[in-house]
Amino acid sequence: MNQILILFAHPALEKSRVQYRLAKAARAVSGVHLHDLYELYPDFMVNVAREQQLLLEHDIIVFQHPLYWYSSPALLKEWQDLVLEHGFAYGYEGQSLQGKRLLNAISVGGSRETYCAEGNNHFTLRELLRPFEQTANLCGMTYLPPFAVHGTHNMSEAVIDTYAERYQHVLKRLQREIPPLDPAPAYLNDWAQESEG
Amino acid sequence: MMFLQEAFIYLAAGVIAVPIAARLGLGSVLGYLIAGALIGPFALELVTEAGHIMHFAEFGVVMMLFLIGLELQPSLLWRMRSPILGLGGLQVAATTLAVTGIGVLLGQDWRQALAVGLILALSSTAIALQILGEKNLLKTEAGTSSFAVLLFQDIAVIPIFAILPLLAVVRSAPTAEAAQAGSVITHLPAWEQTALLMAAVAAIILAGRYLMRPVFRFIAESQLREMFTAIALLLVVGIALLMQMVGLSQALGAFIAGVVLANNEYRHELEANIDPFKALLLGLFFISVGAGINFALLQKEFLLIGGLVLGLVVVKFAILWGLAKLFALQGGGRYWFTFALAQGGEFGFVLLSFSLQNHVLPQAVVDTLMVAIALSMALTPVLVLLNEKWIQPRFQGAGDADGGSLVNDGLGEQDSPVIIVGFGRFGQIVGRLLIANGTPVTVLDHSAPHIERVRRFGFKIFYGDASREELLHTAGAGRAKLLVVAVDERGMTNTIVENAKRHFPHLKIFARAYDVTHYHELQKLGVDYIEREMFLGSLKVGEQTLQALGMRAYQARRTAQRFAFHDQQTIDLLGQHELGSQKYVSEAQRAREEVLEILQADKRNQRDNSDHAWDATGHE
Repeated sequence: MNQILILFAHPALEKSRVQYRLAKAARAVSGVHLHDLYELYPDFMVNVAREQQLLLEHDIIVFQHPLYWYSSPALLKEWQDLVLEHGFAYGYEGQSLQGKRLLNAISVGGSRETYCAEGNNHFTLRELLRPFEQTANLCGMTYLPPFAVHGTHNMSEAVIDTYAERYQHVLKRLQREIPPLDPAPAYLNDWAQESEG
Repeated sequence: MMFLQEAFIYLAAGVIAVPIAARLGLGSVLGYLIAGALIGPFALELVTEAGHIMHFAEFGVVMMLFLIGLELQPSLLWRMRSPILGLGGLQVAATTLAVTGIGVLLGQDWRQALAVGLILALSSTAIALQILGEKNLLKTEAGTSSFAVLLFQDIAVIPIFAILPLLAVVRSAPTAEAAQAGSVITHLPAWEQTALLMAAVAAIILAGRYLMRPVFRFIAESQLREMFTAIALLLVVGIALLMQMVGLSQALGAFIAGVVLANNEYRHELEANIDPFKALLLGLFFISVGAGINFALLQKEFLLIGGLVLGLVVVKFAILWGLAKLFALQGGGRYWFTFALAQGGEFGFVLLSFSLQNHVLPQAVVDTLMVAIALSMALTPVLVLLNEKWIQPRFQGAGDADGGSLVNDGLGEQDSPVIIVGFGRFGQIVGRLLIANGTPVTVLDHSAPHIERVRRFGFKIFYGDASREELLHTAGAGRAKLLVVAVDERGMTNTIVENAKRHFPHLKIFARAYDVTHYHELQKLGVDYIEREMFLGSLKVGEQTLQALGMRAYQARRTAQRFAFHDQQTIDLLGQHELGSQKYVSEAQRAREEVLEILQADKRNQRDNSDHAWDATGHE
């Protein structure tokens, strides 16, 4: 079984509807380790040794966060800056993360349609996530398609619940297997849906 | 000798009977009543004349009303005006009418029937509140409704005293020393009596508002704990005397005084001091009620008295149930309310002797009713037991099995989730942060001048010695979530922590430590979170110093935080060794040197372990 580590970053979880529900759903999956960064490091003093140890113990790393300015909240960026050290994650001696998988599980205000060349956001989500993809590449990890919730601004509770359920489904399936990469599904949502149907 | 003997008998009876009754699930009231019946003139004959004891023990009811008043801020009382007047007024009116009607139908003279109706309309404050308190229901809807009715009855006693003499069959001049015995103003014209009465109430309110605070402060500054007990008792006794003088119900006067003092910062200390007296006197009162039941008369007139008791309970029950329905008391709460109040009350005894003296009722009727009221009081805990075993389970799961949902604007409003002990430089910061975030806090401090200073800034702060379990109890420790011990004296801190741990194991405890050894002491006592009092401030000054010497702000900040991290590790390491042992001392030395080494190594390398990745030389 693939060991899954979720690095969860939300600076104001008490105000969140979608990420709160997703995190709760993820916690309920047995064997998944949800690591709440803002709860652990409120003063941004990331414990590098501990975080590196956690990475070594898992096979699939999930960055779960809302998309802020097409990137992660500040603490998750801090985490990357500090934990993915030269000599650990990359470089001549930095082989520790080789063969692991990385993906983003994100919530986005805009609809899926606006994330394309003709839409307001001009790029697809996958294109905007390129910095994460290249980070994975440099560390010798395989980057997987994202799990994404679009249009969170006025989403009904019922719809959020179906997303939470689907997220659980994705995590459970990831514990058993890795999605095909050629051709890869645009979102892991689609992959989960296909297996549900 | 007589006194000691009697005290011994009463105390022994209580000590033996009440724990047994409590263990059998009968509740303390029934235990006291049984104890009283056993030692009374009709069983073991250990006490022959319980009347004077009852008179004395009635003072427990006065104290109880005072304590209830302390819990009830004027604004809350004002919000309760509609249940008090509506529920209470209707209960008294309907019960009086019903009993009078039945009396007339049975061929009694209407005046006697009305007198009996007025007397039986009253319920027993002592029994109802004691039972509801024991079941933890005082703050539920059923509890506040019961209280509203009892309060109205207490007020109604005054006009009843005035009406009863008018109902005398044989008109005679009302005897001055009647039940308002001791009232020195009965010879005055009515308007002067009224004026004096108003003046007395006004005096209580004004003294409570303006005079008591400096008095309490003066007493507190003496640092003698027994003086506070003395002033608390003096206060209640004084009010009772004043009320007696103007012919007002003592319990009502004490209640008013309590309400006036509800906002006072010495409230919790007052409560903690009076509570044991109240509990003992009430116990004594119940015992004397039990001892006063005339079993000889009961045997002789068994059918008549049995019928009276049954009739009384059924009539009251029906009216209360109807009112509870009318006022929309929900589910199980309706039954708690009904069962708690369906009996005759202690005021009934007083009013009966008053009626006798004023020739309203003949001796035989008075004797019979005395027994009937006492039996109805003794029956209440039994009925409550039945309610608990048979009726309440039907409401389990409906969400409001226990006397209805807790009312937010009732008696419970003053409960805070956090209690802060010690409101000096440390506690104030904790308190301000919490209050700024809308978290209500209850603050205890035992320095009178300190309280005076802080009060001016609008904090809700109470005087008291928090190392006493009773005080923590009255401050609401049983219902709070968290206790912050911010006292500056280590011995005191430890005592408070130990007491809180023993009596309120559910409380999370956060504490202020004097230094590292104190930190470890507190850790061993099971404190959940500890902060050394000087640590964070000093760390901040160190950080600023580094910055002033040329270190960039963010670097200085992280250096300080890293120092704190290593320091905490050292503390945790030391915590594994016996306090003060040889090993502890050498470990402490070694660990301190180690931290220094780590930090200096970081400095030499111009980088450190954790921020490695930010260093440009780290990249290839």
